[in-house]
Amino acid sequence: MSEPTRVETPDLRPPEAQPRWRRDFPIDWPEDHLVARRDFTKFLVLTSFAFVAGQLWIGVKSLLGRRAPAPGAERIARLDRLAPGEAMQFAYGGEDALLMRLPGGELVAYSSKCTHLACAVVPDLERGRIACPCHHGYFDAASGRPIAGPPNRPLPRIVLETRGGWVWAVGREVST
Amino acid sequence: MVPDNAVFAVDPSRCIGCEACVHACAECDTHRGHSLIHLEVVDRSRSTQTAPMVCMHCDSPTCAEVCPADAIKRTADGVVQTARKPRCIACSNCVLACPFGVPKMKTEFDLMMKCDMCYDRTSVGKKPMCASVCPSQALYYGTLEELERLRPRSRPTHRFRFGEQVITTKVAMMVPPDGPEHVDVAAALGAGPTGRRESLPIVGQDV
Repeated sequence: MSEPTRVETPDLRPPEAQPRWRRDFPIDWPEDHLVARRDFTKFLVLTSFAFVAGQLWIGVKSLLGRRAPAPGAERIARLDRLAPGEAMQFAYGGEDALLMRLPGGELVAYSSKCTHLACAVVPDLERGRIACPCHHGYFDAASGRPIAGPPNRPLPRIVLETRGGWVWAVGREVST
Repeated sequence: MVPDNAVFAVDPSRCIGCEACVHACAECDTHRGHSLIHLEVVDRSRSTQTAPMVCMHCDSPTCAEVCPADAIKRTADGVVQTARKPRCIACSNCVLACPFGVPKMKTEFDLMMKCDMCYDRTSVGKKPMCASVCPSQALYYGTLEELERLRPRSRPTHRFRFGEQVITTKVAMMVPPDGPEHVDVAAALGAGPTGRRESLPIVGQDV
C-alpha cells in the first residue's frame, strides 16, 4: 500500500489529545517496545526504594521479635512413650517444634521451621538428619546444624529437661 | 517489513469456494496446523456464493482497542499480529469486537490467533499462503499497478462502515468502480442475493 498507515483513534481525535493511558498502552509494536530513559530511571529508583524499605522492615521486625519474652516451661511428652528412633510434633511458644529421640536414646528438640524459607522439616533419624522437603535442605539431627542444601543457619534448639518420667521444654536457643 | 507497494485485495465475488486457501493457511509457519482464514457460506439455500475473510489489518484495530491485557500489537508495517502469548488471557473480547469476525480463540493454547498476513512470508517479500494458491484470485497479493491493470472493472477500497464506526484498513476489498465511498456493512446485513439471471455462453453454442 503506497499511503502510510494512518494512526486512527476510536474517538477520531488526534494522538496528542488522547488520554495518558492510551500512550502508556500503545497498539503499535515499536511504541510498545520503547522504554524512555525517564521511565527506566523511575523504575530503578522506585524498585531500589522498595528494596530498602523491605530491608528496614525486616530489620525492625527482627529487633522487635527478639524482645518477646521466652516461653516458660511446658510438659510435652512422657519419656516411656517415645522409643529411640521416634519423633513427635509439639507446639512450644506458639511455634511448631519437633521432639526426637535419637537411636542412642538421647533427646533433642528443634523448631520445625526450616531456616531457609520456613517449610516444615521432617525427621529422617535413620540417616541421623532432619530433611526439608521444599528445597532438599538437610540438618544434622544431633546438633541442628545445616549439612546440605540452601539453609545456612541451624534450627532453633528447644532446651529439654526430664522431670519424673516426663519431657519438659524449658527454653529456646536461637543461634545465628 | 511488508513492502509499502504491496496490496492485499479480497474480491468475494470471484470466490469459488474451493477451500484451497483454508488448507494453504494451515501450512503457514507462523501458525502451522491451524487454519485461520474464514471461508463463509453466504446463504446456502439460495446461492452457491462463498466469501473468504482474512484479517483486514485496520488502521485503528478494534481487537487491540478492546484487549484488556494489552496483548494485540501491530508492527510498524501495519500488520496486526496474533495476541502475544505471555499477555493473552483468552477472554475472547477481540473475537466479539472485531467487525470482520477475524480472530479465533484457540482454547487449547488459551490464546487468540488471527490471520497475520503470513508475516513470515510477506515480511520477506513473498505472497501470503492463501493468495499464492487461490485459483480464481479472489485473494490477490501484488502491486497496485498490477491490480489496476488486471482488474479494470473494479477498484480496491479500504473504507468500511459499521453503523457509526468508519474503519479504514490495510487490506483492500474489491468493489465496483462506481460504488459508494464506504462498504456499508450494517446496511447490507438484511440483504440477500439479488437473484439476477445471467445467460452465459455455452461452449459449442452460438449466442
